[in-house]
Amino acid sequence: MSEKPKAPRWTLWLPLALFAGFVVLVVGGLVRPKNNDIASQMIGKPLPAFSLPAGSDSRPALDAAHFKGGKPRLLNIFASWCIPCRAEAPVLEELRRAGVEIDGIAIRDRREDLAAFLGQYGNPYARIGVDDVSRVQLAIGSSGVPETFVIDAQGTIRYQHIGDIRPDQIPMILDKLKEAGQ
Amino acid sequence: MIRRLSLTLALAGLVLAPALRADDSMPPAPWAYRQLPDAAQEAKAKALMETLRCLVCQSQSIADSDASIAGDMRSQVRERIAAGEDPEAIRAWLIQRYGDYVSYEPRVTSLTWPLFAAPLVLLALAALLLRKRFTGKGDGA
Repeated sequence: MSEKPKAPRWTLWLPLALFAGFVVLVVGGLVRPKNNDIASQMIGKPLPAFSLPAGSDSRPALDAAHFKGGKPRLLNIFASWCIPCRAEAPVLEELRRAGVEIDGIAIRDRREDLAAFLGQYGNPYARIGVDDVSRVQLAIGSSGVPETFVIDAQGTIRYQHIGDIRPDQIPMILDKLKEAGQ
Repeated sequence: MIRRLSLTLALAGLVLAPALRADDSMPPAPWAYRQLPDAAQEAKAKALMETLRCLVCQSQSIADSDASIAGDMRSQVRERIAAGEDPEAIRAWLIQRYGDYVSYEPRVTSLTWPLFAAPLVLLALAALLLRKRFTGKGDGA
């Protein structure tokens, strides 16, 4: 029995060390706040070409070419059926009053629902395109509504905001637009 | 009686739940729930859809999900396959937009290589620790 090969002393602690490492991983995963946001990988890339039909009688249709030239603009992905978009509408209106040009893409939306939404919550958009099969949404790497992209005058995507823009985030969005204009 | 009542309530909940959810009322995209007429193309599309991750119902593939964005993705996958596009090109197109997140197909990257290296390292470690037992005088086992 005594001639049984002996493992080095440190190996005695190996299982405990592995277990401790495992505990650290699990606790770390539990403690870290959950984040389901999927960031678009299209930041810094040109806005893909698209041409969407108009979603409203009072606003022209939306074409990717509209983003070239002029100043940086916001591209807001929204829908009348999206609850946070209702909360976001007054914030977008405030941005519009601050001189920001906002174009909208309504995702999977019926024209009559859209008209009712714009009538009830306001229409801060310069142009509105309708994306009935989420084609443009997929092309720009957006995974939900609402999302807002900053597009610079060269038509490059500069920033993605996931979720509704809160009133206290207005200065941040204005900063992003200013950055995109430099 | 009580059991039947609770069952009825549960079923009513299932029926009413979608009405309470914020979701669109548009019909599904053309190829969201329709198979391609060409069986070989449909098989290719199906194989790809099963390895693409739904963006809103994060633990399902787009083949399994009834979310409308998953339907739109399926429709686009089928359209592109029907147009002759290679499934891996479609996957690459999506990864370019959503990152590795969108694909269930594991890739070796600077972030994931430890997953592939770990089994080899563990095997080597085990061999190192147990080598005496294997090369012992025969009475150790």
